[in-house]
Amino acid sequence: MNLPVIIKFVIDLLAVLLLALGIKGLSKVKSARDANRLAAFAMSLSVVGLLSYYLGTSGIAIQSWIWIIIGSILGSLFGAILAKKVPMTSMPETVALFNGCGGMSSLLVALGVAIFPISGGQENFDFFKSLINEVSISVSIFVGAITFTGSIVAMAKLQGWLSTPGWTQSKVRHFVNIVFAVASLIAFFDLINGNTSSIWLLVIVSSLLGIGVTLPIGGADMPVVISLLNSYSGIAAAAAGFVVDSQLLIVAGAMVGAAGLILTQVMCKGMNRSLVSVLFGGSLSAQSTSSSGSGEYTNITSCSVEECALTLEAANKVIIVPGYGLAVAQAQHTLREVTKKLEQNGIEVVYAIHPVAGRMPGHMNVLLAEADVPYEQLKEMDVVNPDFPATDVVLVLGANDVVNPQAKNDSSSPLYGMPVLDVQEARTVFVIKRGMSAGYSGIKNDLFDLPNTSMVFGDAKKVLNDLIGELKDLGVGEK
Amino acid sequence: MSFISLLWVLLLGSLLGLELIGKVPPTLHTPLMSGANAISGITMLAALTLIVKAEGNVPLLIIGSVSLGFALFNVVGGFFVTDRMLAMFSRKPSNKK
Repeated sequence: MNLPVIIKFVIDLLAVLLLALGIKGLSKVKSARDANRLAAFAMSLSVVGLLSYYLGTSGIAIQSWIWIIIGSILGSLFGAILAKKVPMTSMPETVALFNGCGGMSSLLVALGVAIFPISGGQENFDFFKSLINEVSISVSIFVGAITFTGSIVAMAKLQGWLSTPGWTQSKVRHFVNIVFAVASLIAFFDLINGNTSSIWLLVIVSSLLGIGVTLPIGGADMPVVISLLNSYSGIAAAAAGFVVDSQLLIVAGAMVGAAGLILTQVMCKGMNRSLVSVLFGGSLSAQSTSSSGSGEYTNITSCSVEECALTLEAANKVIIVPGYGLAVAQAQHTLREVTKKLEQNGIEVVYAIHPVAGRMPGHMNVLLAEADVPYEQLKEMDVVNPDFPATDVVLVLGANDVVNPQAKNDSSSPLYGMPVLDVQEARTVFVIKRGMSAGYSGIKNDLFDLPNTSMVFGDAKKVLNDLIGELKDLGVGEK
Repeated sequence: MSFISLLWVLLLGSLLGLELIGKVPPTLHTPLMSGANAISGITMLAALTLIVKAEGNVPLLIIGSVSLGFALFNVVGGFFVTDRMLAMFSRKPSNKK
């Protein structure tokens, strides 16, 4: 072993260690920010290690430097700009986009190696080795393409650029996807058999498969899909690691792949859905409208913002239940204004965060943190649920399925078994909502029919603004 | 590196990943996903290798460069956006009047 090899080995080892510590640290609130920087540092370290290795051994041609610099500058620039500019509410689609590009990168590497075999790999050429090479190239292309097209579709759906086409909810989609999957397999084996031209077939059908699998999935399940695709991009990176013979890539890719799977599992659990039903069940609303529409609302109480303000003023303890609708209306800052007023009046305010509130687990926490809500006021479901009976007022803002008592009481409901917030235990519940439309699941919410529930109709932001005005008139929050 | 030892690396890496994400508070799910996503851009190393070994093959250089661009878009954007999210958590509750 000569010096460059040893140096690269040491740097790689260090990078893996730091990346592992980074992922570990990201799972604790206190250390998360430093851990993220540590991981970023580890990544740059790994680049330095790789470049110094080639400088010390084969050298790097000027031409290579030029292309390295072009690629890095453009990629980093666009990445940084997007990351700075994007609003916090569209975080899920941003992660999806980044993720898709990671998949694309693995796909391109494998394509490049397949079309133009890397020099230097030939000297100990044997059948077994070339087989492994072809398998890893195929896997990298397959997973990379699925990750790319799947992520782009996920992003487009979250952005509202793409709706769910009707045919994707019928049985036809299974047939179509099976055709794509079988075609991918054929191309896969054809490629391994040495038929290089089938590489394009593999690229095309696995891209189509990525689209075909993601397109039927409804909005509520999209975060799960993004998390799963995130895991795939790790797998694609690991496969690319086999292609270019890099242990660091394999370790890092495998870590991300495994971590992504766990996270996906956690999300599924929070929504009481299995991964299989998310992937193959189509959108939940399409299934359930026929089976469990379970009747009309019979006992809706609607009330004005003024009444709501009066009740809030008289309360001692208020729990806010924020949901997806709050994020859409971008009303987190306005909400913070309201709660500040209440707090100044000596009212205890707590936010109840359902594990899948918002569009991604933890997304709501990010949004509320953006609006300066103190971290200690965000309470997780299990912590806050026993508090509801002692609570005067609950404000439900744009949340729906996560406060549906059906999940506890009605075993025929598709929601049955999903952990929910027991808001109906509180003395008064105000639900701020645009209209009577159903939530993600398309299921009637029994909460709205309860006598202690009042509906305040309107856009979350507008209602909250009106609420601020009413509270001001009542003299709440003025010293 | 023999194929078998690379498989060991794969296996141990996966186990490490499973082990690392044991208990994560829901607050951190989105940042964690985003951070892990940035790390998956490690394919930039593969892209770099491709460019270095291209030896003047221009189409290959271009493929490598585009691939590197995509990977770095993923890495840089991912880390920045994660940092932005986490910065909000570390803000002290009382620093704004």
